[in-house]
Amino acid sequence: MEQAILDKLEEKLAAHETVAVATVLRGPIAGQVLLDATGRILAGGFESEQLTAAVAVSSKSYLADLRSGREEIRIDDQTSDLFFEVYPPPPQIIVIGAVHVAIHLIAFGKRLGYRTVVIDPRTAFATVERFAEADELLIEWPTEALAKLVITDNTYFAMLTHDLKIDLPAIEIALRSPARYIGTLGSKKTHSKRVAALREGRFSEPDIARIHNPIGLDLGGRRAEEIALAIIAEIVAVRHGRP
Amino acid sequence: MRDLLPEIRTWQHQGKTVALATVVKAWGSSPRPLGAKMAISSEGEMAGSVSGGCVEGAVVEEALAVLSSGRAKLIEYGVSDDLAWTVGLSCGGKLEIFIEPLS
Repeated sequence: MEQAILDKLEEKLAAHETVAVATVLRGPIAGQVLLDATGRILAGGFESEQLTAAVAVSSKSYLADLRSGREEIRIDDQTSDLFFEVYPPPPQIIVIGAVHVAIHLIAFGKRLGYRTVVIDPRTAFATVERFAEADELLIEWPTEALAKLVITDNTYFAMLTHDLKIDLPAIEIALRSPARYIGTLGSKKTHSKRVAALREGRFSEPDIARIHNPIGLDLGGRRAEEIALAIIAEIVAVRHGRP
Repeated sequence: MRDLLPEIRTWQHQGKTVALATVVKAWGSSPRPLGAKMAISSEGEMAGSVSGGCVEGAVVEEALAVLSSGRAKLIEYGVSDDLAWTVGLSCGGKLEIFIEPLS
């Protein structure tokens, strides 16, 4: 890999953009290119213009499906064996409530390669000192903060305030989004208040069933670190298709 | 790749050359997915992984050869390999790994 490709790749990964690298593994024409999400070449190249054009076309399906793959491309009786590697944007954890558990959840999330966001309007909780590791700390009400974020089907919500006036608006936004996971902290009593409020807000039973409450796998731990571990474990399980 | 970049940059700043090994094909019960990566410095240091620890030692050797020749290499590892006893995959999977120099 040329330095120019590595530099550009690093820049695009840091910006959480989708990119792909296409590499000739075997064949008469060596080379490698970095492509953006639309299949446009950002760096690198092949000596054959025909191969460059064919790679740009082939890359589109890998980029669209966000999957890597192997493909042979034939040009004038010559076969090139290519690897298309797609770098999708990282999964994202959005934590509502800058509480103690959140500090550990952010640390676990970072370790596992998630982009992490913390939202809490309470300035006593949401401090840069406590959340230096988070990619974004938004000291705002969830409605305002979430309007600034892109929520995809690779977004995971952890609602940790068990204060309905902060959690509920966030849950409502999450339920209207394609978010993969919505977990809420709180006792049965707190949760039944939430459910009642959501029903009143015209959310359907299947909508409400998307909420994981109590949040996290049942690991039995009570310490903040243990609860954070239970939450991240549940997020990993959901991400990989475990119920 | 995201997690390897800090290490790669450190090595480069120290004046070392770096090779990158990538899983470009995986059959059977290979423990790492397509695109799994390992970086190797000219001093033989490594970051990341391409298997469950089965072939990393052999990949380091190949990576050092790639760094001295400057030419990329495509290598297959698996139970049917001649080197099965030394670098075979205990899981019974097969891997194809592309090793390239960063230049």
